[in-house]
Amino acid sequence: MGKTLFDKVWDAHVIDTIDNGPQILYIDKHLIHEVTSPQAFNELEERGITVARPDQIVATADHNTPTENQHLPIKDEMSRNQLQQLTENCNKHNITLYGLGHEYNGIVHVMAPELGITQPGMTMVCGDSHTSTHGAFGTIAFGIGTSQVGQVFASQSLLLNKPKSLRVSVHGKLAPHVSPKDVILYIISKLGTNAGTGYFCEYAGNVFEEMSMEGRMTVCNMSIEMGARGGMIAPDQTTFDYIAGRKFAPQGDAFAKAVSYWKTLPTDQDATFDKEYHFDAEDIAPMLTYGTNPGMGIKINGNIPEKGDMTFEKALEYMNFNGGDQLLDTPINYVFIGSCTNSRIEDFRIAAAYVRGKHKATNVNAWLVPGSQQVAKQLEEEGLKEVFEEAGFALRQPGCSACLAMNDDKIPAGEYCVSTSNRNFEGRQGQGARTILASPLVAAATAIAGKIVDVTKEIVA
Amino acid sequence: MEKFIKLISTAVPLPIENIDTDQIIPARFLKATDKKGFGDNVFRDWRFTKDGTLDASFPINNPQYAGAQILVAGDNFGCGSSREHAAWAIVGYGFKVVISSFFADIFKGNALNNGLLPIQVTPEFLKELLAGIEANPELPITVDLEKQVVDTAFEKAEFDIDPYKKVCMLNGYDDIDFLLSKKNEIEAFEKERTIF
Repeated sequence: MGKTLFDKVWDAHVIDTIDNGPQILYIDKHLIHEVTSPQAFNELEERGITVARPDQIVATADHNTPTENQHLPIKDEMSRNQLQQLTENCNKHNITLYGLGHEYNGIVHVMAPELGITQPGMTMVCGDSHTSTHGAFGTIAFGIGTSQVGQVFASQSLLLNKPKSLRVSVHGKLAPHVSPKDVILYIISKLGTNAGTGYFCEYAGNVFEEMSMEGRMTVCNMSIEMGARGGMIAPDQTTFDYIAGRKFAPQGDAFAKAVSYWKTLPTDQDATFDKEYHFDAEDIAPMLTYGTNPGMGIKINGNIPEKGDMTFEKALEYMNFNGGDQLLDTPINYVFIGSCTNSRIEDFRIAAAYVRGKHKATNVNAWLVPGSQQVAKQLEEEGLKEVFEEAGFALRQPGCSACLAMNDDKIPAGEYCVSTSNRNFEGRQGQGARTILASPLVAAATAIAGKIVDVTKEIVA
Repeated sequence: MEKFIKLISTAVPLPIENIDTDQIIPARFLKATDKKGFGDNVFRDWRFTKDGTLDASFPINNPQYAGAQILVAGDNFGCGSSREHAAWAIVGYGFKVVISSFFADIFKGNALNNGLLPIQVTPEFLKELLAGIEANPELPITVDLEKQVVDTAFEKAEFDIDPYKKVCMLNGYDDIDFLLSKKNEIEAFEKERTIF
């Protein structure tokens, strides 16, 4: 029987199988950041052990960093201390750190792919659930807890039970203005937040094949929002072209050799999956969420369901929406374009194309937070910075920012925020904040109108 | 890690589905660099009202559940962020067991790595258990890891646990010790591989 992409990569990394228990999986690359690593370093310290493979670890500062005045000392003492500890730990253990202000600094799931660290066929982990992003390259990439961060430090491997396999196929032609974000929000709205729990998901079909690497990353990023530890897309020419020439990518003959291996990875024709879902691209429209988990999504001109269970009622009460309501015309005061889901250059190009020559509504605070220093640089080089500034958007410095509101970028209580991030949980963007997840295009259009508008009609008009 | 063998305790009901790790411990409390103190802020924005006082209507604050070491929660508990701080917060508050009809993967692993036992039961059992606790907040619940059984006076269910993890919980072992014992196999694997 044939093997899936996931099987091929997983099986190539199994060191040993414990009788009646988990497998020991070798980890190629370990990404770390300031929030989920300090306790793991402490653990090593307490046990008197060292980091096994420091050259396979890359660190960045992203979750808890300010997005203004990054050249100044961080005001918040605990945040400053957390970043200081990351620096000290990396220095002590010889780990490469792209700290605040470094030209390669950025959100861990933006900077690693753009540096060519992420490559097909690898196993990658990070103490962050959106590590699934890197699966866009045909990589087994998944989020881990801090105890596991410590285990990888100590042994460059993890004890894991092999997840089951799931394939989500989308075929057909997407309507104009339907973006990768809409595709994944649509899938999650259909399958719910735990359909993928216990599974690793492969996305297949022409819709994903035709996507850019940025789009594929957006899709794989949100795999965890349907419960799947990871999502993968078969590597193809788009993948190879993206990786070629990047800083840590194989060069010359080594690249050619790598490509010939990467070409063996896609799922075999006769491979089978434990679970499969199929969707038609024609059914997908620009999406919005109305509730407090990413599965609570509707088409932009759709209606919130009339009724639901207690959890549904609780979510609607929190969001101050009623069953049956439309979200169109809802006044919006905050727009956030950023996060590891949608802060890559392509996302800003789409937003800028819509914004060009327009000005944001006076009631709106529009925050743009690029995913990395490199994206910030590109914004400038491509003249997009000017487009946004002329439109009245506030361009911040790179970081996770208002996606999780660990820093000062918080949405005030009771306010709606149309956000390109990945989670609309209660209080995620600040205590009492109400998040509506959407694509960069929908977010940009909201900022201009000061309310939710049907982008498909706006653009045609 | 602390051993877990058997527990007899009352429980707090939290019949909400999809409780995510942002609710268990909001991101603004993730700035600490050690594992201590997170229990003070467990379910922070549900436990406290906007003016910072304890919300008496939230079950954990209800004095009739004081001292309970078992949390009984709705479906898909622990979804969202991988933050292990969620497990530290639940353990820090004093819970030793979480019972739900479904757990998110990463949370489940994090719980087991901190001596917190996640027990998955059927939706029917969960419903009856929640009703039982509501009828009698002092209902004693026995969790026997050796036998893999959760037992109340009126109902009983077996639960699954990975055999390796069961041994770890019963003995207080953790994965680092085990992986370090496999150093030779790991190094042999590294030598043989040709890619990366």
